[in-house]
Amino acid sequence: MDVSELIVCPDCDCLQRRVPLPLGGAARCSRCDALLYRSCRNGTQKTLAYTVTALFLFLIANSYPIAGIEVQGNRQAASLYDAVSLLWQEGHIEVAVLVGLTTLITPIIQIGLVLFLLVPLQFNHLVQGVAPVLRILETVRPWSMMEVFFLGVLVSLFKLEQLAHVEVGIALWAFAAMIPILIAVGMTFEPDEIWEKVRMLS
Amino acid sequence: MTAAQLGFYGCLICHYVTECAPGTTDMRCRRCGALLHRRKPNSIGRTWALLLTGYLLYIPANVLPVMHTGSLFSTQSDTIMSGIVYLWTSGSWYLAAVVFIASIFVPAAKLAVLTFLVISVQRRSTWGPLDRTKMYRVVEFIGRWSMLDIFVVTILVALVRLQSLATISVGLGAVAFGAVVVLTMVAAGQFDPRLIWDPQADAHSFRDNTHGHS
Repeated sequence: MDVSELIVCPDCDCLQRRVPLPLGGAARCSRCDALLYRSCRNGTQKTLAYTVTALFLFLIANSYPIAGIEVQGNRQAASLYDAVSLLWQEGHIEVAVLVGLTTLITPIIQIGLVLFLLVPLQFNHLVQGVAPVLRILETVRPWSMMEVFFLGVLVSLFKLEQLAHVEVGIALWAFAAMIPILIAVGMTFEPDEIWEKVRMLS
Repeated sequence: MTAAQLGFYGCLICHYVTECAPGTTDMRCRRCGALLHRRKPNSIGRTWALLLTGYLLYIPANVLPVMHTGSLFSTQSDTIMSGIVYLWTSGSWYLAAVVFIASIFVPAAKLAVLTFLVISVQRRSTWGPLDRTKMYRVVEFIGRWSMLDIFVVTILVALVRLQSLATISVGLGAVAFGAVVVLTMVAAGQFDPRLIWDPQADAHSFRDNTHGHS
């Protein structure tokens, strides 16, 4: 039996035969309805395009202040990095590490590794280390929390609004734009397609 | 039929299927080399350990202040709940609702649902495996949203420093709260939803044998 025709549901261990999908279709487990795989026209190319966009937005989001407040002519603005380093300086290392990991380090690892995989593949070059890279991507996936962070910024700005005049920074818009882009990266990223390309190149 | 009964292992990382002879240990995925397990090793024990630690830290997370606000004249300490009450009384009831759901409801629901799932698996319950699998997916999906309060405090601290108006600093409650979020996320990751379906599969194969068909 050719195992490449089979798929095992990760949620209920049901063994099933892979079926060819129409473009844009998704295969779901017949027993527990888990998403098994998707088919997307030029999926890896789309992932690459979205990831490059995400990289630029990430750079903008981290080069400018998220917001500033003005009290009695006294202005103050902070970027995400400022916020994390301030927590660190004040001795709240655990919180600084948690915030830094979920909003800075994990997203940059994700963007960097996806580019590392997909840029050479786009030009039909074989990359080394596909397996460990995909494993790292799968491991860090739950820990990237840009959308939660964005909601947190909104809540804190609403709170501050009652105390002081709040000025929204460029970074906030970049974060806002990044969220749908990151969702699109997640939806088009299909490791199976990468493995198929690697198999054809080697 | 489940893959495990037929001697197939599905890789949890790359979803490739590897066939294995019975009795083999230390199987690796033929495609990506990840270690394969029939079920996540010691899933129930690890989930319990993380859950119990989560329950313990849930108390300081809600009792201790997450934020200290100091001005020239007074200092004030806010727990998660008092922050929500403040939002509610100052008229932002929708924000109060968002923070309540993310910070109080979601962590409590996560702990409760995971506990229910682990107990049901330990009792080899055959009740509603599809419903329980869906509950697990919801827990996995919503877990991250409880980080909301940590991010709110982070931004408040960063923006209100060095102001003559007030200073804001992080309280110990925030550390405990962050730990609860991380622990419950790791607990959800350690729980193996396939265990929900195992009693089902065993019951079916038993019935199949007694009726003489497969």
